[in-house]
Amino acid sequence: MPRAAKKKSVAIVGVAESDQIGKVENKSSLQHHAEAAYNALEDAGLSIKDVDGFLTAGYSSMVVAEYLGITPGYTDSTAVGGSSFIIHIAHAMAAIQAGYCEVALVTHGEAGRSRRDRPSADPAEPGQQFEVPYGFLGAPIGYSLAARRYMHEYGEDRVRQGMAEVAVATRKWALKNPKAYMKDPMTFDDYHNSRWVSWPFHLLDCCLVTDAGGAYVVTSAERARDLKKKPVWVQGAAEAHDHAILSQMPDLTFPISRETGKKALARAGMTHKDIDLAMIYDSFTYTVLASLEALGFCGRGEAPDFVANQRTAPGGSFALNTSGGGLSYTHSGMYGMFLVLEAVRQLRGECGERQLGSPKVALINGTGGYLSSTGTVVVAVD
Amino acid sequence: MTQQYNKPLPHPQGESDVYWQKAKQHELWLRRCDECGKAYFYPRDISPCCFSKRTSWMKASGRARLHTFAIAHRAPTPEFAADVPYVPAIVDLEEGPRMATNIVGIGEPTPEKLRIGMPLVVTFEDVSDTIALPKFRPA
Repeated sequence: MPRAAKKKSVAIVGVAESDQIGKVENKSSLQHHAEAAYNALEDAGLSIKDVDGFLTAGYSSMVVAEYLGITPGYTDSTAVGGSSFIIHIAHAMAAIQAGYCEVALVTHGEAGRSRRDRPSADPAEPGQQFEVPYGFLGAPIGYSLAARRYMHEYGEDRVRQGMAEVAVATRKWALKNPKAYMKDPMTFDDYHNSRWVSWPFHLLDCCLVTDAGGAYVVTSAERARDLKKKPVWVQGAAEAHDHAILSQMPDLTFPISRETGKKALARAGMTHKDIDLAMIYDSFTYTVLASLEALGFCGRGEAPDFVANQRTAPGGSFALNTSGGGLSYTHSGMYGMFLVLEAVRQLRGECGERQLGSPKVALINGTGGYLSSTGTVVVAVD
Repeated sequence: MTQQYNKPLPHPQGESDVYWQKAKQHELWLRRCDECGKAYFYPRDISPCCFSKRTSWMKASGRARLHTFAIAHRAPTPEFAADVPYVPAIVDLEEGPRMATNIVGIGEPTPEKLRIGMPLVVTFEDVSDTIALPKFRPA
């Protein structure tokens, strides 16, 4: 049976970044939301007047909808970190299927590099009381703690090599993406010689910090068929979280995508063999290794071997993060949105030099917080 | 020392007052669920294991083992600039729960000085008139 869309009820029909991404001084996060929304609607061939459902994270959907000048009849501010924008696909699908809306707009914008102020945290949150005083601040420290535990369980040298493979392969993809922030090749020596940020993470284990917005549009089959671009059908989705702060994570080596991967594939009626492209949130090289295992692409502790010999690089046998990822393309803060953009573009055949032949099915896996939340979605074209 | 401390301090909440009061006396106290008998961290009135209101306080032994660690070389905020490299760590307390902390008392931290599973003991750093932070050093 040919691998292609089995379910055709709801589709992603428009995707876009904001006008410029990378280092964009003097634009606020909200401006990135609006530009991306404008561009995604244009990509879909829809008007802002068609939008009757609105989903976002970072800001309340109230704030962004007002800024955009829309009055949605379905509103969703699910905010569980960078995976939120993957989970929004499922929420938009559910809302459309329930008749709550017909055209759902999902936006992200974050001036991660150039914003002028940073929000302060609620001191009553457990993390503020029980982690922050110890200098548990920022993602590199949290994720490096998890990576160190994984190294302890599965061998420091081979895990180090696996992390290097991911960094180097992802950079090769970025060099084929004109929108990528990183423009220079990376060698293994570059990786190993880059400075320590939070041991065991080198600088080149860590995602970028950029200014960027992204948006996509989800609609019903009836609307999708008349639009400009080939519909990318939602096949199956799942979401979960099992902690918020890192010290409460049940198993630092096995994130909750252990549940969402299985469920999303089952709901899609597909298996790992059906997947032509995996878009897996690469906040850090380690996030990719842990996610590949939790999603079931390989067994526990096997990810360093799975990615060996540049298997995930251009020309390799496992297509992964072909945009150049959060590691080398863009990472505004909550990068999940950009996983969706690349999956849709690959399935439509719009990726130019980095295009993978004619992929039919992509798996998108977003991770949010401190390996805390995941959303997994399988999408496919006819 | 107390005057110069400019790093983030915990803001005790109603259900964590006892924890921080005991810490100031250089004792580590945990909440225990009287439904199942398990200690848990962080303190809250209703237990996360059984969602029970039958909970109490218990004094912890202060003994732990290193679950994982990192060595922060880049200060996450300017307040930590004088501390790098420092050791964020997660420890397994003898009573079961895991908590975030720092490993101290090892001089300049290097990966060789830190072994996952190594025995640790609690030590307290007085950082303000009301707050002492429980940290851990090699036993």
